Formats: sequence, structure tokens, C-alpha cells
Amino acid sequence: MTTSKAVAWEPVTAQAIIDELKCKPGALLPILHAIQDRFSYVPEEAVSLIAQALKLTRAEVHGVISFYHHFRTHQPGRHVVEICRAEACQAQGSRALEAHAKSVLEVDYHQTTADRNITLEPVYCLGNCSCGPSIRVGNDIHADVDATRFDELVEGLKTDRVEILS
Amino acid sequence: MTFRIHVPSDTTAKARGADRLARLIEIVAEEHKIDVDVRRNGTRGLYWIEPLVEVDTAEGRYGFGPVKDSDVESLFAAEFWKGNVEHDLALGLVEEIPYLKRQERFTFSRLGITDPVSLEDYQANDGFKGLENAIKLSSQQIVDAVKESGLRGRGGAAFPTGIKWQTVLDVESPKNQKYIVCNADEGDSGTFADRLVMECDPYMLIEGMTIAGLAVGATQGYIYCRSEYPLSIENLNKAINTAYENNLLGADILGSGNHFDLEVRMGAGAYICGEETSLLESLEGKRGLVRAKPPLPAIVGLFGQPTVVNNVLSLAAVPFILDKGAKAYADVGVGRSRGTLPFQVAGNVKYGGLVELAFGPTLNELMFEFGGGTRSGRPLRAVQVGGPLGAYLHESQWDTPLGYEEFSQKDAVLGHGGVVMFDDTVDMSEQARFSMEFCVAESCGKCTPCRIGSTRGVEVIDRIREGKNVDANMELLSDLCETMLDGSLCAMGGMTPFPVQSAMKHFTEDFVKNAASATQAKEV
Repeated sequence: MTTSKAVAWEPVTAQAIIDELKCKPGALLPILHAIQDRFSYVPEEAVSLIAQALKLTRAEVHGVISFYHHFRTHQPGRHVVEICRAEACQAQGSRALEAHAKSVLEVDYHQTTADRNITLEPVYCLGNCSCGPSIRVGNDIHADVDATRFDELVEGLKTDRVEILS
Repeated sequence: MTFRIHVPSDTTAKARGADRLARLIEIVAEEHKIDVDVRRNGTRGLYWIEPLVEVDTAEGRYGFGPVKDSDVESLFAAEFWKGNVEHDLALGLVEEIPYLKRQERFTFSRLGITDPVSLEDYQANDGFKGLENAIKLSSQQIVDAVKESGLRGRGGAAFPTGIKWQTVLDVESPKNQKYIVCNADEGDSGTFADRLVMECDPYMLIEGMTIAGLAVGATQGYIYCRSEYPLSIENLNKAINTAYENNLLGADILGSGNHFDLEVRMGAGAYICGEETSLLESLEGKRGLVRAKPPLPAIVGLFGQPTVVNNVLSLAAVPFILDKGAKAYADVGVGRSRGTLPFQVAGNVKYGGLVELAFGPTLNELMFEFGGGTRSGRPLRAVQVGGPLGAYLHESQWDTPLGYEEFSQKDAVLGHGGVVMFDDTVDMSEQARFSMEFCVAESCGKCTPCRIGSTRGVEVIDRIREGKNVDANMELLSDLCETMLDGSLCAMGGMTPFPVQSAMKHFTEDFVKNAASATQAKEV
């Protein structure tokens, strides 16, 4: 997820998010999603607040966070780039694409570039299987991504886009 | 005069530039002083011609595609808004494109025709007719209709949907609360039909789940959608809100006094949560560990209550059955596979997309008559059907008719209808290794054959690929596959061997070839 709209850790905001959702049946995942959407990751401090609100141990909350690939406990780079590793994209050259991505960004999966701009993550299927290789940047999915297209997309992430609101 | 133009808005169309294109068409139209009304439809699911721009005419919709930004000026020069004009990208009447015309779109009858979140569009195209009929029926009559249709679980297990519903209808709920849970954790590579339902026709899923609620006496539904599908979640939530505003959800559905609430829950990137008991654990806010069965979720399901867990496509088939009749659905198909399956042709394919067909044609027809062979133009070598847990099929098996039993006779599965094609550059020992590697990443860890077996599987395949004791290690791998097959708690560990064994059996040369070259390299 692109993190430019994410804000720095604020216990008051976190508590408000938790209070709003804690009465839902099975509230833990909705709370973790809301926290990560706001702060771009689930900070250690949030775990105690969540555990207290849901009457769980911190270990139980940690166990859930660590089970799911989507949740992260460290702040990612400004952009998260996910490369599809699944079979349909493999059939269209994603293995070469992932090697290229790791080499140009000089990171492995789950790592962030030295300038903290891009975090590289694997993903298993984006549902764009007729037009791979596919990658996801924030909530945008890109089709037919070869090395050249990847470089263009990365170049576009180096500068801040000015969005003109209509 | 206003000319109506449709630009698709599903994930793949957007990934190929449809959003920018829609805006560009509006801008250029303004420059040319042409009055256009640009609508965003879903997608027809003919992905090689996306973005497919359609224009309304008296004869029907004319299509142009695939349209790039650089084509817009020439489209305007050709006065494309008139429909039947000369242009390199002109495709004629969209409904007459053979790929679309030859399909039997029962479930996807509205796909690409309507604006996904427009209730008006949905209702103008048979929407909520199934629900209107269901309201007049008893619970048992609805369940009987689903039984008569022959509908079987479209998530892959192919269990008769009507029988599952009957179990939930018959069982008492200790807390007087039953649930309908929609499994929208479409994690199989090569599949996107669930996504198309949610992004392009979300009311259909709402309608199907509401009918399921009436059938079994459930008043609460959850759609568990994967986090990799942000647009599905967005469109579902929009449609759910509109449905509430129009008494199509809530305490008094269409004035009938029936109650059904519906909420979307987001998964968090765990493939295993597509397994129904793992999904229920996740909905309850826990780690997605698989539960032992029995008890079945139909009896002890979400929060311990009787629960229908159905795939998106199963629930999406229900409005058709209740509208057009169980017989209309059951009349098509082959053997015990009744009705239609929306196949998804993907991977290295020339004409990829959604192909909804009655069960029965062969895999060859799907891959060549629809798919047109590989995108690379190289010979097709292997095909994985049914997702990452499905077998790789060799050329000798491509004449298999598309049906559940027909596939299981070939030690293969139809699964969720995903067909992933590979050309002759594929290394099948590498694919087998990936199957095990995927299981390492996605196993819930509860049972040993899956958790440890997959790790050992990667190691053994690595040794084979390095040419170390190939014969002995191939035997060890076969043995490991048997252990995982027989000893795993769920399909994750129990089916991961399918692609591995099929690769070993039909593409042995890829394992041995690597071994031979490694040995030679060592000798040199």
C-alpha cells in the first residue's frame, strides 16, 4: 500500500480506531487493517492497546499479526511494490522480472531500498492472470510488466506526483 | 445528440490503462465539440482486446480495441462514436465476436453490459428477479430448487450446494443464529471469476447470499474477500450500501418481513484462508488454522453456529436458478457436472479471458478454439488446471472433457476453473519445486505432513535438480508425496503433491535432464 497518506504513530488515534471497531464480532482483523491503513504498519505500541480492548494477551495479538502476510510490524518505504510470483505470471516471464527488480532496487523481498522509497514484497496472485506479469503499487495493478515497464514505473515513484483535484 | 461510450473499469482493464483512456476520450470529445457520455461498464472479460471501448447504436454496441492513448485521435477522426465505421481497431458488434457469442453466459449474463454499482442497470437486466421469486417460496422449496439444479460447489470441492443448504436448514442453532459466509478468498493463480463477480456485478452476489439466507434461515452474511482485491471490496461496499437504502438488505427485504444483513470482511494475504475452516477462524479474528472435520461447518461453523460456506460462483449461480428455473440450469452440462462453469484462460495464452461454458467441451477446445494457443507463439507444453494445487496436464490429456468426474479420472482437478498455459520453455522440475515452496509459504502449520513435508520437498527437489542421487531422491520424493497426500489435515498439504506428481510422471525428462547435465558438469 502506498504510504504517503499514512500518519505517524498517535496513541489517541489508535485508541479511537480500536474503540470504533472492538464491538464487531471477530473484531481483530478489522482493527489490524484499520491500524495498518492509518499508520502503514502495526506498531508494537498498538499491540498492547488492541490486546487490552479485546481482552486478549499480547501474545495472541502478535500471533495473529505474524500469521498473515499482509500485516507488517515495521514501517515500510514510501511505496510498496508487490510482484506476483504465482504460476500464471511465471508462464509469462515473472521469474525474470523478479530477478530484474531485485537487481535494480538492490533489495530482496521484504526489504526496503536504501533511500526508504520502495519496499519490495512478493504476492501470490493479483487476479490479472491473462495479462501478466502483474505488479501492484499501492492499490494500482499494472499488467504486462517487463523489465522496461518496471523501470518506468519505478522511475515514476522517485518523484512526488502532484495530483490535481477536479 | 449525446453519444454513449462505455470504457471498462475492472482491474485488468485499469491495469491496461482504461482510467486514463476514459478521461482522455472526454477531453478529446470536448475539443472536437462532440457530446459524449462516457460510462464505465465492468468488462466483457475478453482481455486481449482490453481496453475495449464500446459505443451504443441502434443495432447494438460496436467495439474498438485494444485502445491505447495514442489511438484516441484516430478514433475521433474516424467518427467512432457512430459505431459502424472503418478503423484498424474496429471489432464490429461486440455481441457478435465469436469468443463471446459461443459462450453460455448464465452467471455472467450482465458482464460488461452494466455499470457495476448501478442498481438501476442491475434491475433492468433481470436483477433481483430470483430474490422476488424466492420470497414467495418456503425455505424447503428454495433448497429443493438448488438441489434440482445440480449446482455443485464452484470453489473446487464440487460438493452439492443443495445438500449443504439442507443440512444447515435442518440443524437447530443453539444461539438461534445461522450464517451465510461467502468464500471470496480467490487465491488460485489463473483464476479471476470471483473478482469479476464482485467488481462487475456485485448485486448478483448480494442477491445470491440473500436467497441463501432465506433458504436456511440465516440473518447474517459475511463476504470474506482477499486483500489483494481492493476494487472488489470497494464495489461490494458501494452495492451493499445501495441495497440497504432500497430495502434489498436489512430488516424488511422488499417488504416481506425477511431479515438479512451483509458485511464485507477483508482477508490478509493468507492463501490457506480459502480453506473453509481456516476462513472461519480468520473471520472470528484468529490465526487461520485449519479445523479438524467433523464437525462440519454446516453444523458447527462461524462462532460455533450452523453456517453455509459457499464460493462466490456458487452463490452467484443462485439468482439464475431461482429466476430461470432449476431445470434451465440442469439442462446443460455433462454427466454429474450440471450447468455452466466460468473458465478462466490464463498464463501464456494468446486470447486470455473469461469463458463461461456448459460443462462438456474438451480442454483442447478451450485452450485453442478460445485461447488461440500461446501468446509467445511457441508450442504449448504443460497446462495447470485448478490452481496451485491442481495437476499439470500433458498433451496426451488435453482431450479430456471439462467435467469434475472426467478430470478426476485423469488424476486432475477442475477446481475453480483456472487454466494456466505454459509454452515449451517451462522447466517442470522448477514448477514442481515452486509447488512445494508455495506450500512452505502458505501452510497454516497445524499438521506435520504439510508443514514439514513441504520444506523437505523443496530440499529433495533441489538435490534432484543438482543431479545428486537422482534415482534415490525421485523415490524419496514419491514417498513424501504419498505421505502428504494421505496424512494432511486439509487440501493444502493433501493436494500440493498433485502438481509435483504430475510433473514427475509426465515430464520426467525435466528432472533427469537437469540431473544428467549436472553430472556432466561435475565430470568436466
